Amino acid sequence: MDEIMIRAKQLNKTFTIKKGKQVTALKALDLTVKKGVLTAIIGPDGAGKTTFMRLVAGLMKPTGGKLTVLGLDSVSGAEEIQTRISYMPQKFGLYEDLTVMENMNLYADLHGVPQDSRPSRFRKLLTMMGLERFTGRLAGKLSGGMKQKLGLACTLVRSPELLLLDEPTVGVDPLSRKELWEIVQQFVREENLSVLVSTAYMNEAALCSHVYVLNKGELLADGTPDALCQIAAGRCFSFPPPQGEPTRVLQAHLIDDTEHIVDAVPRGGKVHFILQEHVTNVPYLDAHGIKAEPVAPTLEDGFMVLLHKAETESLPVSREEEEILDKGGRPGKEVNIIVKNLVRKFGDFTAVANTSFEVHRGEIFGLLGPNGAGKTTTFKMLCGLLPATSGVLSVAGVNLRTARTQARANVGYVAQKFSLYSNMSVMANLEFFGGIYGLPPKRLKERIQDVVSKFYLSDRLDMKAGSLPGGYKQRLSMACALLHEPKILFLDEPTSGIDPLTRRNFWRRITTLAAMGTTIIITTHFMEEAEYCDRFMIQDNGHLLAIGSPAEIRERLHMEGADMDNIFMTIVEQAREKGEEPK
Amino acid sequence: MNGFIRRMKALITKEFLQLSRDSSSLLLGMVLPIALILIIGYGISLDIKNIPTVVVLEDTSPKAQDVVSFLNGSAYFSPTYMTSLKDAEKVFLNRDASVIIDIPSDFTSKLSQGEAKIFVALDGVETATAMTTKGYIESSISSWLLRQPGMAGKSRIAIHSRMWYNDANSSTWFFLPGLIMLIVTIVGIMLTAIVMAREWERGTFESLFVTPVRPMELVLAKIVPYFCVAMVGVFICLILSRFLFEVPLVGSLAMVIIISMLYLMVALGIGLVISAITKNQFLACQTSILISFLPCFVLSGFIFDLRSTPIGVQIVGAVLPFSHYLTCIRSLFLSGTNWGILLKQGGLLCLYAIFFVGAAFGMTRKKVE
Repeated sequence: MDEIMIRAKQLNKTFTIKKGKQVTALKALDLTVKKGVLTAIIGPDGAGKTTFMRLVAGLMKPTGGKLTVLGLDSVSGAEEIQTRISYMPQKFGLYEDLTVMENMNLYADLHGVPQDSRPSRFRKLLTMMGLERFTGRLAGKLSGGMKQKLGLACTLVRSPELLLLDEPTVGVDPLSRKELWEIVQQFVREENLSVLVSTAYMNEAALCSHVYVLNKGELLADGTPDALCQIAAGRCFSFPPPQGEPTRVLQAHLIDDTEHIVDAVPRGGKVHFILQEHVTNVPYLDAHGIKAEPVAPTLEDGFMVLLHKAETESLPVSREEEEILDKGGRPGKEVNIIVKNLVRKFGDFTAVANTSFEVHRGEIFGLLGPNGAGKTTTFKMLCGLLPATSGVLSVAGVNLRTARTQARANVGYVAQKFSLYSNMSVMANLEFFGGIYGLPPKRLKERIQDVVSKFYLSDRLDMKAGSLPGGYKQRLSMACALLHEPKILFLDEPTSGIDPLTRRNFWRRITTLAAMGTTIIITTHFMEEAEYCDRFMIQDNGHLLAIGSPAEIRERLHMEGADMDNIFMTIVEQAREKGEEPK
Repeated sequence: MNGFIRRMKALITKEFLQLSRDSSSLLLGMVLPIALILIIGYGISLDIKNIPTVVVLEDTSPKAQDVVSFLNGSAYFSPTYMTSLKDAEKVFLNRDASVIIDIPSDFTSKLSQGEAKIFVALDGVETATAMTTKGYIESSISSWLLRQPGMAGKSRIAIHSRMWYNDANSSTWFFLPGLIMLIVTIVGIMLTAIVMAREWERGTFESLFVTPVRPMELVLAKIVPYFCVAMVGVFICLILSRFLFEVPLVGSLAMVIIISMLYLMVALGIGLVISAITKNQFLACQTSILISFLPCFVLSGFIFDLRSTPIGVQIVGAVLPFSHYLTCIRSLFLSGTNWGILLKQGGLLCLYAIFFVGAAFGMTRKKVE
């Protein structure tokens, strides 16, 4: 009964980059995918998920081991495999200058779907994807979520024997993500579809029958989601923060205590943590008289335990940083940013409609929203990169609309893409950016010393910035943006494409910075990261839908303890029901 | 076979739809030829100024001096007067003069008989300048003749001009066939390299690969539409050169088209090979310019006669396909249908086409490594 669709035995894949240098993408991987079920591969970036997908699709040749797909060898049978399966790469190659219908017809033609069966199949797909009203629209003009749905529709123009989905929901808003998963599940039920999906979202993997956990090309564990949860069984606890204390400060205290604690995150308005093995109590909590309740482990907890076991390296936390936490941590009363009736139009299109908010000194303020919601536009206006159409915009007491250059002196900016000079050393980058900010030589030297020690860069000062590992790159970007000690730090999607451990480290730094009085404005598509924020706002179609602290927003929606994905979906759905039709 | 036709139809339809939506490729394919032909066609007939001119007055009579008086005070010429043709030739050979106007010793006596002659030698290396200079000299001399009392209509001066260094008595006509080559090359190589590299860059190929489509079909589906676009470009060139620049077409139009199609296949093949290697639009664009535009200009005989270049340059020029097409199309335009040349060069072009298109087929694999 259990028919095997994919079987990998001791599969190896190495890439040669430049002369002699080799990178191992997959090491001795054993994996099977059964017919008619959803199988997931989870793992941080660089785990080898995409490589495995491409090997299965016959787009790459394995370096060693055996891989059979639909009973065929993945190399000699590549052509037949490619005919019988469907594959949706991470960036599905839609033709942006073709319409929705033209894209679907192209794939139907290539797959040889007969003309007479097309109308019913297309109707079904389009209805499920919510695209039936947009058949004549160019694919390039669709929102991010819709593009992914169209990509999925193109792979499903006929019922494939096996469907490969490579991170189909990365960067897509929670609402579209949920819809996409419902569609895939429906096809699994109705057409007995076999699906292999890779994902970075744990709640998605939890929907699958079998999960493989990969890290740096190696299999850490595999099993049903429940079995993987049990890895952290009995070690997960949570507690609500005492009145007035930001969740992230307590979380920072716990995550610093690596002796007793594996992982700590703010979740559902509480601090959630996992104890190390054989540890029963946490000194910090005992000292502060905080009582934590045991909670059921989630897939993410199991995953974090596995990941911590595999990765021993973690950044030290200095005494100084801990002291800063003890002292500060609460945002001030002073208002740093004032936005009133901000509007930005591009021709007829209103990207940001009548938005007002204030941000206080030392506050972490998050901008959340699906792609095309207006968060990047708002963000750019705040940084002074894009002029506003109308409204009041004041940053650190300077009117951004009249004195942009002056306002910029108070601002540090970290762009989404690594935007430092890749072929210059770490030190040269720091010196260059210090020079740009106009720091006098002596001051510059002091500042460089300061940021180098704060961001743990001292061991790589002579390395070219481009060859740094991901986590270092990001710390270097932050260090450069903070050289001139700006009052406000802007971070555009700083955690996208970064593995969970590095993300924890990143937020740990942000917590320290905020405690020292730096105001932080951040955009993110990881909704759960809103939990680190003092306050955040949600935008959709250019309209501000909700603003407040995570606790306030939960209370307003009567969703105590709910996770951020659910809160986001509820807010967007409510707004759309009120008549705010999606574009 | 059925599947092949169905897939080809789908891919080619897609290509034409994209062409109709994305005006940049169409601009490259059709507006670029027009722009180039106008810029180069007109730009090459540069205005002349201060041409170093040697006048040899073997006849020193006032009449003989008067006939070349237009040179004095003219912005176009800076004349030097001599009496010996030998001396003048020395100056000319040193490239210190570009024109010799020789008035023979019997000029005045023959003038009244209506048999006067003037010899003009021009520097054929600077073809365009030489032609313009010649035109000025001829018209100035005939208008002088008209001003002579009692001579209008009766008398004439025969102007014997000769191009030095270049026997092929060239003109702007000479450039237009070359221009067609330039345009076919640029459109063929650059356009295909860019559109193919775009598919790699945008990841559209990765999705297409996991369908029953065969690599050969992907390549063919690129060749067909861009072949059409580039042929439209060729026709635009032909029409413009015929009606705007009035270049005569001595040879057969059919052969011009057939040879152009053959050469276009070479260009498309090169473009596809470039994109298969670079897989990146920017790199593909840069590479195409580097290996097509520049060699086309200087190593094909388009501007400089390859025969007058050092042997090394000649070899490079002969290895590149550009000069072979240029030879064909030039001879077709200016001297007629020469089957010897056409068969030899056309055969070579065939080999080039098979090589590059074959390489493109071989290099386009359904792999992303």
